[in-house]
Formats: sequence, C-alpha cells, structure tokens
Amino acid sequence: MTTVAVKPATMAQALTRALRDAMAADPAVHVLGEDVGTLGGVFRVTDGLAKEFGEDRCTDTPLAEAGILGTAVGMAMYGLRPVVEMQFDAFAYPAFEQLISHVARMRNRTGGRMPLPITIRVPYGGGIGGVEHHSDSSEAYYMATPGLHVVTPATVADAYGLLRASIASDDPVVFLEPKRLYWSKDTWNPEDPGTVEPIGRAVVRRTGRSATLITYGPSVPVCLEAAEAARAEGWDLEVVDLRSLVPFDDETVCASVRRTGRAVVVHESGGFGGPGGEIAARVTERCFHHLEAPVLRVAGFDIPYPPPMLERHHLPGVDRILDAVARLQWEADN
Amino acid sequence: MTVMEQRGGYRPTPPPAWQPRTDPAPLLPDAEPYRVLGTPAAAKADPELLRRLYAHVVRGRRYNAQATALTKQGRLAVYPSTTGQEASEVAAALALQERDWLFPSYRDTLAAVVRGVDPVQALTLLRGDRHTGYDPYEHRVAPLCTPLATQLPHAVGLAHAARLKGDDVVALAMVGDGGTSEGDFHEALNFAAVWQAPVVFLVQNNGFAISVPLAKQTAAPSLAHKAVGYGMPGRLVDGNDAAAVHEVLGEAVDRARQGGGPTLIEAITYRIDAHTNADDATRYRAADEVETWRAHDPVVLLERELTERGLLDEDGIRAVRDDAEAMAADLRERMNQDPVLDPMDLFAHVYAEPTPQLREQRDLLRAELAAEHDDREGTHR
Repeated sequence: MTTVAVKPATMAQALTRALRDAMAADPAVHVLGEDVGTLGGVFRVTDGLAKEFGEDRCTDTPLAEAGILGTAVGMAMYGLRPVVEMQFDAFAYPAFEQLISHVARMRNRTGGRMPLPITIRVPYGGGIGGVEHHSDSSEAYYMATPGLHVVTPATVADAYGLLRASIASDDPVVFLEPKRLYWSKDTWNPEDPGTVEPIGRAVVRRTGRSATLITYGPSVPVCLEAAEAARAEGWDLEVVDLRSLVPFDDETVCASVRRTGRAVVVHESGGFGGPGGEIAARVTERCFHHLEAPVLRVAGFDIPYPPPMLERHHLPGVDRILDAVARLQWEADN
Repeated sequence: MTVMEQRGGYRPTPPPAWQPRTDPAPLLPDAEPYRVLGTPAAAKADPELLRRLYAHVVRGRRYNAQATALTKQGRLAVYPSTTGQEASEVAAALALQERDWLFPSYRDTLAAVVRGVDPVQALTLLRGDRHTGYDPYEHRVAPLCTPLATQLPHAVGLAHAARLKGDDVVALAMVGDGGTSEGDFHEALNFAAVWQAPVVFLVQNNGFAISVPLAKQTAAPSLAHKAVGYGMPGRLVDGNDAAAVHEVLGEAVDRARQGGGPTLIEAITYRIDAHTNADDATRYRAADEVETWRAHDPVVLLERELTERGLLDEDGIRAVRDDAEAMAADLRERMNQDPVLDPMDLFAHVYAEPTPQLREQRDLLRAELAAEHDDREGTHR
C-alpha cells in the first residue's frame, strides 16, 4: 500500500476539482456563466474546464443573469444538468424571478414531471475588502423560497463533497461559496477527493460541553477561533457547522443543544429576518426544557453591507461571539 | 468545432475601421404585414392546408366561447380568451413538427390544445385544481407560463440543449405585445441570437396589455423591428390570416432547423374579448374599434377564401361546425365534473424527497384532515 502525499489545497481548487469530476462523470453536466470559459471565472473556480471539455460544456454567456438561469431552465428541461455561476452574491438578484417563479417550483407545478437539476453557484459574504454589491449574505432570500436546497461549505473537503452532491441532486441547489474561504487551505488529497456528502446533514466541528455555537459557511472558522479563545474563560464550546440550511438538520443541532443546554447562532447575514431567527425558534421549540438560557444570535448588523474600510465592525468576530456566550446566564452570574 | 466556436471571433476595432458586424438591411421586416388570404399568394396555398386551418380556427373559436361560458358557470376561475386570435394560435401549433417544442403563455391554451393537449388538462391552471394538468413531455408543450416572457429563455435553453445533443428540435415561444417590454424578452432574444439557437419567437400583438395600448408600451417602429438589434430577422405578418402566419412561421421554423438561427415574428391581431372575464374592456376602448376588427376576423377570412374558390360548400361548413360543437359538448360535460383532489398531494412534489420539515408539516395536515373527518362523522351520529 502506497501512501499518497497529502498537500494543502484551497477551497477554490477543491471546487474546481468537483466541477471537473462531475463533468467527466456525466456528459449532461454543463457549466455556464459570465467569464467562466476563457478566463476561468473571476475567482478561477472554473479554471481549465473550457479547455478540457470545450466551450459547449463550459460556456461564456452574455452578461445577463436572468438569461443565464432562464436558459439553464430550458437546458434542464431537455435533460442537461446545468451548473450556473452567478459572479457575485448581489449580481444574482436579476435572476430572482427565474429562480423563484420557475427553478424552485417547476417540479411542483408539473406534478413531479419536470424536475430541474440545476446547481446555482453563488460566491457570497464579506471579509474580502469588496466594494459595494460584492459582499452580500443573501441566504435568507433563498431559504425563504420553497423548492430550493441551500447548501454552503466551510471546509475544503466539504467544498468538494457538497458540490458533487449538489450537481448530482435532482432538485435545484443554491450552492453558496464563502468568498473569504476560497483561499483557505486544508490538507486534502485531490487524488482521493473524498465522498459525496449527503445534503441536509450538519456536522459537529468541535465537541464541547458548555454551549453550542450554531453556524455555517464563512462564520465556521470564526466560531472555531472563538471556541479556542473561550477556553481561557473556562468555557468548552461545541461548534456545529450546518452545511445545509435547507433541508435543515434539526436532529444534529438539537442533539448538541440538549447536551450543552445553551446555544448561540452565528452568521454574517443581518439578524432581523435572517436565518438565525428561524434557527433560534426551531431550537427553542424543540429543546426548551434543556435550555439554561435563551438562544442568542450573533449576526451582521441590519444595515446595507458597509464600505470595505468599515466591514470589520459589521462582521461577527470572536469578541462579539464571546460576549454573547457570556450572556448565557451562567450560574456564577446569578 | 463546437457550437460556440462556430460563432467566430469578434474584437472591437478602432473607429476608422468600424463597420456594422452584419448588414442590417436583410433583417428588417417588410413595411406591410404579410398576407395570403384574399391576395394572389392564396392561389399557391395548399387547399388541404387551408381546409385544415379553417377546421382548427372554427374549433378554436368554439373553444374560446365554451371556456368563457365555463367561467360564468363557475367551472373556470378565470379565462384569458383568444377570440379573434385563433389564426395565430392555430398556426403556431401546426407549424411545428411532432419533435419540436411549444412554449405557451397563459393565454395560449388554444395553441396547446391544437398541438394535442387534452382541453380539460390544458384548463386545469385556470380551473384552479392543478398548475399544470398535462405532461409537458407528452406533446412537448412547456407548462403554461404566467410571469410574462419568462418562458422565452426556457425555449432558448431547450433549443440550445437539443442542438448541443445533435437533435433536430426547434422551439417556438409565444408572447404578447406587453411581454416584449419585459427584461426576459430582451435577454432571451439576445441569448438566442448569440447562440444561433433554433428558436422562433412569435409575438401576438393583440393591441393591448390588459388596458395599455401599444403606443404606451414601445416607441419601436414595430415590434418586429426589435429583431434587428439582436441580429436576427424580424417578420411582420397579418395575425388574423391563418395561411400567412402558417407560412411565415413555417419558413422561420425551417430556417432554425437548418441552423440559420432565430427569427422574431410579430403577428398583428386583435383581442376581441376583454383581457379576461374579470376585465371590463369598455373602460379603455370603444365598441366601434372592436367592430372594425370583426370584418377582418380569422374565421371570415378563411371561409371567404375557401368558398369563393369552391373549396368549401355549405355541407363542408356544417361538418366543421358540427365537429366544433361536439368538441365543446365534450369539454362542457367533462368540465362539469368536480376534479378529485388529495390535499396530501401538496407535499408530494416540492422536492424529489420531502425534507424533514415538510414531513412534519405533512403529518400536521394529515392530523387536521383526520380531525375534520371525525367531526363530520360525529355530526352524522
């Protein structure tokens, strides 16, 4: 048995590999979007695909997001499995009518006869110094639309496994790629990229006994960092990475909260009308008698995404998370 | 060579070297809408085709009347009529081969029916029992589309996909004059032209978007002229002349089939009825305007042509009308039966497999239904 040297790889590389493997495995998989061909995408996630599979499989489209997603609908109707790239979170908004009125409900409105296996890749979130309209956390819009799966990876291995699962899914998947984790590195073996992860399962990233941080995507590394820092305060924090916002893994989340008795939801998206409200409600409804304190939320402020020179004040960081943990009605406070 | 590579390279050139990429003149529509019936061109038309168009247009007229009557009887929630537009509806369906695809708007149930969809199944959306009552793959008719013009990019994508697979398939997308103002109309035409997709866009310009006349909709010379901006030919046709619409659509479909790319066709017609049964057209147009159009009616035009040329006699007319009556009677009878619905189907096709959250909600509804049932049983006791 030979040992393969496992080198660090970035999340972007894992995503590229997932696309390539999916295209090689199934000729129905087509990639389309703005600058995805010759350039390889503005984040280089589609790098090399047009060269390897030809421009008919990885296509530079006109600059029109509704047109991209709308034509992908027609391609899926004809048996293809389109993977579309929305260049940035906020540039996905022109495609919302196609997404909400067609992509999300075509299976439903045709009584199951016309499923649309479309994967919509959306780079999302802040923390990269992007100017206006390049840093939105748009997941709440997608979560509020029945018929869509909403998935977001936080690790290099998950980026591969979840994207493969999304492309293989017979339902439309909004695949949210945390921009600031594109260049995060992890030991990951591209020769043995791992298994296709099932959509809808959260994972405990760090076990702990004091409280549960429930988070996803770009906030997962922040929560892990907060959990390390919390040790100094005597708190042993558990971190749950949701990975899939729809379907939501009540089981894993509630099992953790029942163990720890306390929970904080952490995300970049604004708190009001954001994912955290839904998550806190679900946890409270299911784990009330196990809770020692109200479920708290640590979120971005309810403001339009700020200019990059101010974004560090907006994004939930370690201190804001630890402050929330401190407010979880510890016995010493009583 | 891939389809994408066939498009060739284009690089901006400095101003002195600039010239149009293609000569726009051949793309321009004719000044007058193309006509066949009542013109010398009619002599070249296949008599069998004219008789076929006539039978379908008469059936279509009867279908419109029956569907409108069903709204008054409470059997349809709403019906957007195509009375006066039957020529375009019928020609759209008949211009396609069986393997081709039709992308109708919510107003185009008649085109779907002519293509083979059972009228009861075509009307379930408007009855309110299910969004799409037919299998889109059976007759290759996409679901009736309510958000305006959003089905046009679907037609482009499907036609493009078929071409990539090497299949001989043309998609015909139908839209109204109001729909041409939507962004999706623009994006669909642009994608179709850039990809040279085998698509035909049929705009039925029936004069009104609910109440808003065309003058408030566009400043373009005609809707067909919009084609030039995308680099595809625009055709103007008399939308009440079934033979003309059939011929122009047929040419565009053949052109698309042979790799010639998309065409935009504007069919000039008139919506004789209000927008739907819920609309009051007297608020925005004069009755004498409607009367003017009745003289240029699709049924009248075909009947005159056929009878004047001795291709149709009284018996022939009666046979066609009897056939239309039989269709209407069958539709009436079947629409008078209450649809059988299972509330549990609400959760059946949201996802391939219901999410855990939907399974919980399904259980909740099941319990509510059981409680309702128990209550009913209790009252009987």
